[in-house]
Amino acid sequence: MTAPLLEIKDLQVEFKVFGGILKVLDGVNFRVNVAEKVGLVGETGCGKTTTMKAILGILPIPPARITGGQILFKGQDLLEMGAGDLSKVRGNGISMIFQDPTAALNPVFTIGQQLGAVIKNASPANKKLSKRKIQEKAIIPLKEVALADPERLLDSYPIQLSGGMRQRVCIGMALSTDPELLIADEPGTSLDVTIQDQVLRLLHELVERKGTSVILITHTLGIVREVTDRVYVMYAGRMVEAAPTQELFTNPFHPYTQGLMESVPKLTGGGVTTGIPGRIPSYLNPPQGCRFHTRCPQVMERCKIENPPFFTTNEDHKVACFLFNQKVNQRKEETAAQ
Amino acid sequence: MTDQILTVENLKKHFVIGHSGIIKPVPITVKAVDGVSFSIQAGETFGLVGESGSGKSTVAYITVGMYQPTDGTIYFRGQDLFTNGKERSLAYKKDIQIVFQDPGSSLNPRRSIKDILDMPIHIHQPGKNRLHEIVRLLDMVDLPSDYMHKYPQMLSGGEKQIVAIARALATNPSLVILDEPTSALDVSVQGKIINLLLKLQREFNLSYLFITHDLSLMRNVASRVAIMYLGKICEIAETSEFFKNPQHPYTQMLLSSIPVISEQEESAKPEKVESTGEIPSPVNVPEGCSFHTRCPYIMDICKQVDPVIVETKPGHIARCHLFEQPGEVIDQNQTDAY
Amino acid sequence: MAEQARESILVLTDQQLKELQRQSGRENLGRAWFKFSRNPLSIIGGVTTLIVVLLAIFAPYVTPYPEHATIPFTDFANAGNPPNSKNLFGTDMIGRDIFSRSIYGFRFSLTMGLVVLSLVVPTGVLLGLIAGYFQGTRIDTLIMRITDIFLAVPPLILALAIASVLEPNLFHSMVAVSLMWWPWYTRLVYGLASAQRNEFYVSSAEITGASTPHILFREILPNCLSPVFTKMSLDMGWVIIIGASLSFVGLGIQPPKPGLGTMVASGTNYLPDQWWISLFPALAIVVLVLGFNLLGDGLRDLFAAEEV
Repeated sequence: MTAPLLEIKDLQVEFKVFGGILKVLDGVNFRVNVAEKVGLVGETGCGKTTTMKAILGILPIPPARITGGQILFKGQDLLEMGAGDLSKVRGNGISMIFQDPTAALNPVFTIGQQLGAVIKNASPANKKLSKRKIQEKAIIPLKEVALADPERLLDSYPIQLSGGMRQRVCIGMALSTDPELLIADEPGTSLDVTIQDQVLRLLHELVERKGTSVILITHTLGIVREVTDRVYVMYAGRMVEAAPTQELFTNPFHPYTQGLMESVPKLTGGGVTTGIPGRIPSYLNPPQGCRFHTRCPQVMERCKIENPPFFTTNEDHKVACFLFNQKVNQRKEETAAQ
Repeated sequence: MTDQILTVENLKKHFVIGHSGIIKPVPITVKAVDGVSFSIQAGETFGLVGESGSGKSTVAYITVGMYQPTDGTIYFRGQDLFTNGKERSLAYKKDIQIVFQDPGSSLNPRRSIKDILDMPIHIHQPGKNRLHEIVRLLDMVDLPSDYMHKYPQMLSGGEKQIVAIARALATNPSLVILDEPTSALDVSVQGKIINLLLKLQREFNLSYLFITHDLSLMRNVASRVAIMYLGKICEIAETSEFFKNPQHPYTQMLLSSIPVISEQEESAKPEKVESTGEIPSPVNVPEGCSFHTRCPYIMDICKQVDPVIVETKPGHIARCHLFEQPGEVIDQNQTDAY
Repeated sequence: MAEQARESILVLTDQQLKELQRQSGRENLGRAWFKFSRNPLSIIGGVTTLIVVLLAIFAPYVTPYPEHATIPFTDFANAGNPPNSKNLFGTDMIGRDIFSRSIYGFRFSLTMGLVVLSLVVPTGVLLGLIAGYFQGTRIDTLIMRITDIFLAVPPLILALAIASVLEPNLFHSMVAVSLMWWPWYTRLVYGLASAQRNEFYVSSAEITGASTPHILFREILPNCLSPVFTKMSLDMGWVIIIGASLSFVGLGIQPPKPGLGTMVASGTNYLPDQWWISLFPALAIVVLVLGFNLLGDGLRDLFAAEEV
């Protein structure tokens, strides 16, 4: 089995605020293989953006502090790297697309100027190229993202483009450096459904062609189901479930995952459920044991004291829940009895 | 015979956003709303669906008094809302309220929850013990009383939106416009908000104009649905009919692009209509039918003539040349049935 | 949770409501202190300002020679003494204790700052709120054109022109400075208010039927406070310096009154030999202005919008 492209082991991040310390990430484990599309699903405040910022090294330190864990990219720990090496890795190895393409593009520079800057800084060889050569190179990513009339686009300002076009420019920019890992943070949220559909299809195509790995961060389950190979579900700073996509949607095990799926209104009708009662726990005084136990409909005594580790089934499906442990044990007993 | 609480009649709103040409400047107009007619029965939830640039929010803002119509008008309980131009009577301000999409910007960050709820009570129910009324309002939406001393930033997204709902209901309105009330919130919180809205509707016999781009949500909330594209209505039908037999190509396109999370929902979607091209800018609405640039069923007439509303089945109307037959055309100004 | 809330409603008396209010008041105070004190320099600024204000108020009691500052006093025997045990800052060329006069000088500077700002800030802010909220109408045009006219004149020259026409004293120099200071607040608040009038919370208030004063003062103004307070504390420093400049040039506070600027001016004739006559009043100005600036930074942090 080949080594994973990105591996996060037991990452812990804290924030210092009025009132004390927020333990935002409490032992996050995450893995992306080469040429794999991984979804990271979680709601507001679960820590997914913090995790991504930690990978890219853009956490605001202080008030943030990384108190433990490793982030291994191609075997090297990004947390141990100096600023110079880190920026090389960031530039060439890892790229990011942000949620709001309007905010990601500088309104006072043309698309050509911004693309040109990215290309120029991509490698020492590129730095020596003339302006015209760089503009020629800049057309390539624009063509790849199926934007019409790329020459005219180079001279346009972001405000002249529609939301969908801007997002495609951002994707083009992110892929122009041929990264091995692309992190897409809610790439469709600010877009209309029909345009989002187009953009995600495009992303899928490009990734298939180039073999890039993708981390797709979102709180929209439907997108994850259509685009990814594997999914992680995150809650309150911890991973609670991980499985291949098909498997997760057919057999969601964790009560939180089940709750999420139930909360999504169905196209087939049936009314709106009550969602998951309660709210995410305070990071100042997180509950002992499993962080979901205060809202879990199947909570047991053990959940209030111990934090469940990942239990694995076959089909590479992992769940951090004691219920699952019981089921595994039950099956073991059953097979033993036979 | 149920009475109509709101009747929108050939509503138009054009914004002049600038001028082109120096010698004889020609105004550049955005036709945000361009001839919209529908009506809402007392006590029902009327859904309005559309993507960005469709004009659905503009319809909401005109109804609630933020904008004046360029043409056409709106009747509330049979009375023209705009007889006095910009001056709207306090009685209408009390009776028609709105909940905005983003509670982060609809609640003043510098005012406590108590202050925020105090204002509408102060204006419309002077003399009442305001403190008691605020406590009652918070209780009505299941928020603890000590929340009144908090500031919006201390609340979660869902709680903020609940406060916005409480504020809208503080005046005891009859019609509440909900402009994407859950779009900015997580899916696990959405259910709580929607159920609260439905409960309040039953308790106080409210009529809702429910605006969203989330069709799965609309399926479970509205009794009738209207879909808009570039300022015009494309289709109106009773909810299950709308989803089972979408007539307009745009409706079909939208419905077929929704990301869903289960196989049953996949099969409930109409056959895939691929979205191609960009949504035209509302400044440059194409000649003829505004949808013809993206329509897979385009005919010659679509490029020249804007279709009129046709009743394809009782209670189901669509605006498309595919359904026009001589003698079946419905006068645009006749709004009683819809 | 909902059950509990419902029960507490029935039992919630006015007494309990008051207690809730007191609790939250305490919490808000604690949070305010946390925000203010995050930068220790803010505390230094606050303490310095406080000390200066107290010294100024209790000047007769804390200075060794109050009469040197309050009545015409000469003592040529002790004139021109460098700093020593009897006179902390030395004496000037007619024998007056510079330390005592500097402390009294604070009085004039602070008065100038307080009076000017009390006139200028409410006027400027009010005009800015109105013009900003009614942006695009004739009221906006009227107010902002007048503001532009005042802003077009170089401030110090305007102040000098006014002060030279009127009899030179503290009062007239305050008038002069006030007249050229208010437009800056109008300009500042105009930008903030006009940006805010499209915010949804303002729309919500309009939709519900709130009165214009409510919208201006309860919805828009609270969101302008942070920049206004910051500017105010920086302005204290500027007003004081301009006042000192005016009296340095001979307009404004006249000798023998102990205005800090006047004192620096009269000491320039004796530089560099009797350096203490100009230096200590100048240092007093520096300490005063610095204190307010640091305090201003703290106030800006205090009123800054909270991050989620």
